[in-house]
This record gives sequence, structure tokens and C-alpha cells, in this order.
Amino acid sequence: MSEQSLNVVGQSVLRRDGLSHVTGKTLYIDDIQFPDMLYLKMVRSPLHHARIQGIDFSEAEKVPGFVRAFTYKDVPKNIYTILCLIGVGPDEEPVLAEKEVLFKGEQIAAIVAQSEEAAIEAAARVKLDLEELPAVFDVEEALKPGAPILKPWGTNYFVYEGHHCRRVRFGNIEEGFAKADFIVEGCYEPKPIEHAPLETTGCVAKPEANGRITVYTNTQALYFSMDNTALILQVPFNKLHFVGGTVGGAFGGKVDVIVEPIASLAAMHTGHPVKYLYTREEEFHVSSTRVAYRIYFKDGVTKDGRIVARQVTSYADSGAYNRHTPYAATKHAANISGPYAIPNVHIDVHCVYTNRVPTSAMRGFGVTSASFATELQMDKIARTVGMDPYEIRLLNAYRNGDMRPYQKVVSDATLVEVIKSAAEMVNHPLGKRFQAMTSWDRPNSPAQPEPVSAEKRS
Amino acid sequence: MASKIVTFTLNGHETEVLVKPLTTLAKALREKLGSTATKCGCYEGNCGSCTVIVNGEPVLSCILPVEEVEGQSVLTLEGITPPEGLHPLQQAFHENFAVQCGFCTPGMLMISKALLDKNPHPTRAEITEALSGNLCRCTGYDPIIAAVQQVAAGNNGNQGGTHE
Repeated sequence: MSEQSLNVVGQSVLRRDGLSHVTGKTLYIDDIQFPDMLYLKMVRSPLHHARIQGIDFSEAEKVPGFVRAFTYKDVPKNIYTILCLIGVGPDEEPVLAEKEVLFKGEQIAAIVAQSEEAAIEAAARVKLDLEELPAVFDVEEALKPGAPILKPWGTNYFVYEGHHCRRVRFGNIEEGFAKADFIVEGCYEPKPIEHAPLETTGCVAKPEANGRITVYTNTQALYFSMDNTALILQVPFNKLHFVGGTVGGAFGGKVDVIVEPIASLAAMHTGHPVKYLYTREEEFHVSSTRVAYRIYFKDGVTKDGRIVARQVTSYADSGAYNRHTPYAATKHAANISGPYAIPNVHIDVHCVYTNRVPTSAMRGFGVTSASFATELQMDKIARTVGMDPYEIRLLNAYRNGDMRPYQKVVSDATLVEVIKSAAEMVNHPLGKRFQAMTSWDRPNSPAQPEPVSAEKRS
Repeated sequence: MASKIVTFTLNGHETEVLVKPLTTLAKALREKLGSTATKCGCYEGNCGSCTVIVNGEPVLSCILPVEEVEGQSVLTLEGITPPEGLHPLQQAFHENFAVQCGFCTPGMLMISKALLDKNPHPTRAEITEALSGNLCRCTGYDPIIAAVQQVAAGNNGNQGGTHE
């Protein structure tokens, strides 16, 4: 096909939703209104870790416009975990807290009222009787004996197929270290980040005459939200009609299923449309953040710059609940060795629970934090060995045909070409043997270990 | 406290709205008058999404009590959108991909219009200064600035909306 016959490739194609956005006609969740709509506000835990002794709604009920309060007892299947849909378990997060709260801001009871003001007022008047419990905020402290235990299975870590962490084993780490001239250690701590989308998380759930609930939501994960909502409400999927696609910014922050189940429950029980939209304060305080990690590297490197062993112990702070973090930690484990051919790799990634706000997805979750740490470590190795940071990466870059530590053969590597282009663009000089490198062959080098080929490892 | 009627000009039309005391202009526009092009990202005057123009001045409608605009002239995005086609700023935002999720767009357009009405040929620094109170979390500031620059470059001094 000639280039002239292409009408999209090579062209700037205007956004499908652009006209709607520039005229302000796009409807976001807060733009959706129904005349008989009710407003839902959440009673949240003021403490990081506490036992719930009692909840007193008597003053809230007196607020003009108060309609109804909901607690966990109203939720058909209160305990869930979002990723149950892809086999992650066990369920561990309550829609509404039962006996205990594990983070400050956790949902305890939902108040539904005729106006937003009444809902805020009534929620503020709910009296909580809480017994404060010791809290833990550090991933390594949470794994020490004597730490407050947060999960019913008796530990503060996610269990990966019977193991206390996600493990990757490749080659022989001790043999690798024995061949090294330098041991390069590093600790990196990418912090939690709030996505802060301009449109806060929210939905409107509207009961229909045919018994279905229409849910207008700004989720990034429409069917994930629908399926989880159906499971939580214990209704067939066809009782729910999810309408979405318009998302006022999200960046991974709108993949958790938090607002839809409780708004749908409230709509079912009141017979009215119910809006549950986070305030900006809620978006900052209680929506999931990017996962924070503490990542320890111990690398064995030869004096000519070849990484021969990489041992990583990383702790993912999941906060109080799973959300998407067990999955993020798995991706993290797969990527923390970097796009480099390292013959001996030993990785432990712990998915740890603390009394912090749950963490979840954000832009390349698990991988971005791994790349951040890996590349800082590469620079440290370059400085230790006394090599150019581009050249040390070219030397160690994976090639097509290499086996990755998680047992996948590389078939789409272009890293060598990308690094060479980047060097050229910033006029960074490269040595001749580095200029000659490609992603399809390894240069001969006396100190270069045998390439880790798929054949040899199988 | 009793509700009261506030009268003002909205996009060239005399408008009455019955509101409770302390109702903000944004709430009155969005919830009472169905004028939802004005967005609210924070309801506390921080993000700029709710920017509208009152008597030629850009204001944050989410923290302005609607009583304050009694007898004043309010211009929202609906008011600069022609019956057919687009305002030059809208056209430039669309063509320059100055729009991603779209939520900040109405506020960005109104602050840009307020700027160009006063200063038809702003420098890049003046554009950046004018837009500095409006957040875009898709981090698309450069195309937004480019769109405003494009309109300013073609500006013949007649940047008026349809109701001015």
C-alpha cells in the first residue's frame, strides 16, 4: 500500500470528543442531575486503626432532608477484592467497615439525603464509638514480630501461591556474586502519588421502572466496576446498566470500585437516583494513590561493567487493602531486573499491608517505580565502575533471543537502538564498539559472559 | 434564611434565579439554570475550571456568592459558542489538541478569552501568567498556550463573543 492511500497514518486526526469538550457539552458526573435525585455522603473513620464499638445515627436522623443510613449489614456481599475477577483472593476489603477500620478515611456508613447540604450535615452528626488500636505505617515494621496484625489470615502480607512474596529466581545468585569485582548496593523509595484528576471520582445510580439500575460513572474500568457491583449486590449482571466512557482525568486513579456499589445499593433501597461524588478533599484523602515502594538492590558487577548478579528485595506498600497492588507488585517483580541481560537474578517483592490509605494503579503501576529504581542503580553502577552511563547500558541491554528472568524470550528488543539514538540526539559521544552494537547480536568481549540464550536455560 | 431572587444578565439574556443565601454563582448556573459548561473541579477556588467572565473580568464562580452578580453581566462558555461553528479560541483549542479529558477546557477557554479581550496580542509570558491559576492535570499546557498564541497571531482586535 502506498503512503498516499493512507488517510489516517501520518495525518493529525482531530479528537472525536474535541468539539464536545470545547463547547462544554460533554456531560461529566457532576453535570448529571435528576429532579428527585438524592445525595450520598460517607461517614469515615477519623482514626488509622480502630475497633468499631457502635454507631449512633439518632442525631443524623433529625436533620431535615435525611432519608436513610446504610451500614455493612445492608450490603449483600460486603467483603470483596476488586481483582477477584482475575482470580486474586481472598476477599478482604469491606464496602462498609464491619468490626474494624484499617485506615483514616475508611468508609463506615453511608448517609443519603435530599440535598447535598443535608447529607453533609447528617453525616457529620453520626456518632462513632471507636476504640483506637495501634497502627503501623512502615512496610518493614509491618512485617516484624509484634506488629499489629491487619488481616484475618494472621499476617500483613499478600500470599502469592503459598509464598510470602512474589519471587523471581534465575541462574545462581551466589555464583554470580562470586564472579563480581564490585558489589553495588542501593535503596530507592518511590513515594505514593495522588493522581488528582480535575473531575473527582463519582457516579449517579438511577433505578429504572424495569427493575434495572442505570449507573453513570466516570470509572476507567466500566465492566470491572459493573461485575464487582453485581457480585457485591448479589444481583445478575443484567440488572445493571453501566454508562461511562467520559472520564475527567484519572491516570489510574479511577480503576478501583468504590463508589458504584454503595450508590447502586442506595438507589435500590430508596427508589431514587443517588449521586455519590467525592469532594476534592475526599479525592486527596481517601482515593488510592500510586504504590509506594522501598527497594533494596545488591548487584554484582565485573570491572568492565557487566552486571553478573542482581538481588532485589522490594516492599510494596499496599496500604490497608489490596485494590490493584498485588498485581502491581507482580509486574514490579517482573520488571525490576530492568531491560538488561543479567545471568543471575534473585527477586523478592513483598506486597505489604499498613494502616495507610490503600494504594492502587497509576500510569505503568509497578513498572514505573521499578524503572525509576533500576535506572538510578544503573547510574550508580556506572559511577562505581567508572564507565559512561550510556555505554554501560548498551553493554548490558537485553538482546533479541535472551531469556528474561521470568522465563520469556525477548523478541522485540530495540533498546540498543533507542539508547544510540538518544545519545545522538544530545550529541553524546559513544565509543566505536558501542556504536556497532545492535539488538540482534552481542559484541565479542573477553569479559562478556555467554549470552543467556533460551536454549541454554530451557 | 429565606431564598431570594437574584437578577443578572447571563450570556446577553436577563435571567432570574431563586437561591438560598450563600449559593455560589457556579451552583446557580449549573444546578438552577442548567448551564453545565462551567465545570467545578474543587468547589474551593483552586483549580480554575469554573472560570466565567463577569463584566469583563475573569472570576472563580465556585466561590462567588450569586448575590454578588446582581445586576451584572455574566458570560459563560455557552455564551461565546456561536449558534453554528466555533469561536476562534474553541477552534484553536480543537485543532491544537489543547483538549484531553476536557474538564479544564471551559475554564481555560474563558480565562483565555478574558485575556485576549484586554490584551489582543499577549506575549507567551503574559499567556502563561494569565493561565497560571487554571490547572490541567492531563499536563497539556503547551498545546493550550499554542492555541491561545495562534488566536492572538490572527487577532484583528475583534475577539468578541456573540453576546457583547
